[in-house]
Amino acid sequence: MIELEGLTKRYGEKVAVNNLSFTVRPGIITGFLGPNGAGKSTTMRMVLGLDRPTAGDVRIDGKHYDQLKDPLTYIGALLEAKAWHGGRSAYNHLLCLAQSNGIPTRRVREVLDTVGLTAVAKKKTKGFSLGMGQRLGIAAALLGDPRILMFDEPVNGLDPEGIHWIRNLMKTLASQGRTVFVSSHLMSEMALTADHLVVIGQGRLLADTSMADFIAENSRSYVRIRTPQRERLLDVLHGEGVTAVEAGEVLEVDGDKAEAVGELAARHQIVLYELSPQRASLEEAFMQLTAESVEYHAHDGQPAGPVPPGQQQQQQQQWGSEWRKG
Amino acid sequence: MSMAATQVVRSEWTKIRSVASTVWTLGLAVVVTIALGMLISALSKSEFDNMGREDQLTFDPTFISFAGTSLGQLAMIVFGVLVVANEYSTGMIRTSLAAVPKRGTFLFSKIAVATALALVVSMITSFATFFLGQAMLGDLKASIGDPGVLRAVFGGGLYMTLIAMFSMGVAAMLRSPMLSLGILMPFFFLISNILGNVPATEKVGRFLPDQAGSKIMQVVAPLDDDVPYGPWGGLGIMALWVIAALVGGYAVLKKRDA
Repeated sequence: MIELEGLTKRYGEKVAVNNLSFTVRPGIITGFLGPNGAGKSTTMRMVLGLDRPTAGDVRIDGKHYDQLKDPLTYIGALLEAKAWHGGRSAYNHLLCLAQSNGIPTRRVREVLDTVGLTAVAKKKTKGFSLGMGQRLGIAAALLGDPRILMFDEPVNGLDPEGIHWIRNLMKTLASQGRTVFVSSHLMSEMALTADHLVVIGQGRLLADTSMADFIAENSRSYVRIRTPQRERLLDVLHGEGVTAVEAGEVLEVDGDKAEAVGELAARHQIVLYELSPQRASLEEAFMQLTAESVEYHAHDGQPAGPVPPGQQQQQQQQWGSEWRKG
Repeated sequence: MSMAATQVVRSEWTKIRSVASTVWTLGLAVVVTIALGMLISALSKSEFDNMGREDQLTFDPTFISFAGTSLGQLAMIVFGVLVVANEYSTGMIRTSLAAVPKRGTFLFSKIAVATALALVVSMITSFATFFLGQAMLGDLKASIGDPGVLRAVFGGGLYMTLIAMFSMGVAAMLRSPMLSLGILMPFFFLISNILGNVPATEKVGRFLPDQAGSKIMQVVAPLDDDVPYGPWGGLGIMALWVIAALVGGYAVLKKRDA
């Protein structure tokens, strides 16, 4: 279990991570989603005690990272594509990590085998492809057989086979009751792997919800209509109390109303070229969600005069609660 | 030593023995120090008859045989810098500190391992340099049993080790191999020598780490010697510089984000 409480990181004036509080629970995959630069990597570095929080706290199974004895046996992390000396062999890289945490040497061979790097174990890592590098990073994370795993953008730069492998690995790890915390900037990737979703934008928490709820709340369904008798249809719909939005050449009606609109058009003898139920993609929902956070910040920076701290907080709360209402 | 520190020392030993830079920097330090020492010893012997009376009187065969140290120490500096700063330039530091979050344990285990290795190599180099240099000097040679000679040869090994340690401390402060080398190499090869020999800065320059430390390798003092410290005093001054650099390096590692 990873618990973040009011975690904040400031670099001078810039706030990279802003008052983040959430819990990563065992037995499921928790997706950590946000656009590039949202503060995901900074948050993960603070979990590992690499960066010191400006304010707030993060605990692993109730302890600070530097209080963990042999931390690699508690939490394994894949931080970025390359966090090792390229002149050292994969075997020796893992060996020095194993020794530092009192992990038996045989684990080095085991994890090399798990990630499929046994054949290149004695080769210098600077010759490794991006995919091989990711596999070595994952081998290092698995080395101490930890109960918690944290992966920062694990599918970056991987081929389809590698992506498939990582997805299955994460699912297996979660099914063994481990805590799996994985970041991504791709909603589509998260939709396939994560059970729970934490979304951040501009370092701020935007959502902390189950994947199922997120899909239910965010995939707006509507009916797309194309007709040569646009004005008449609009009048008829208006008469029935149905709101239609004009989107360029087409009309859009919110909700699952394809049948109702079709029957209405037939009754009034209106010609329809197209009548199709649509569902907005999760990707769109995610972009909308994070775009709002960017927008909010843009207003914040306007020289219209400083917002009193109390009001600012209120604004923030309202904005957050609005989102939760869906 | 606590259990955890023993683990980290083992880990650091694996790190240091598994990269090529360890072999080539230390190898270069050995070869350059010995070869240049032999060359200058041979040249000094052939030039001895042309020297002034004063120079002949203060001729120091032990110190002459250590002439290669001025260049060989540069390889030692590269060794010390790379051991520490490569963690930063490669990104390994994040993996290392995730494995060993106690930053003091991490840094001082690394420095202990690198220092032990540097000490062994430096001592071998120092004794080899002395005996091979004396062989070149023929009838001008000193004997290891002569007063002060064993101290000078032993001290030569300590000097090289302290140079490596000083470089490790500076690299821990600057966190970049290029920046560290860019400052240390010209400083020890040129600037320190100039400051130590120009009359205007001599009095201050002689307290610089290499100027003070190299006094240990001297057996015969120059005639107008007014240096305010002896061989061990000089090495002590150098050791203070090393401690300052290591404390600075630790403070930076402790404070900064990785």
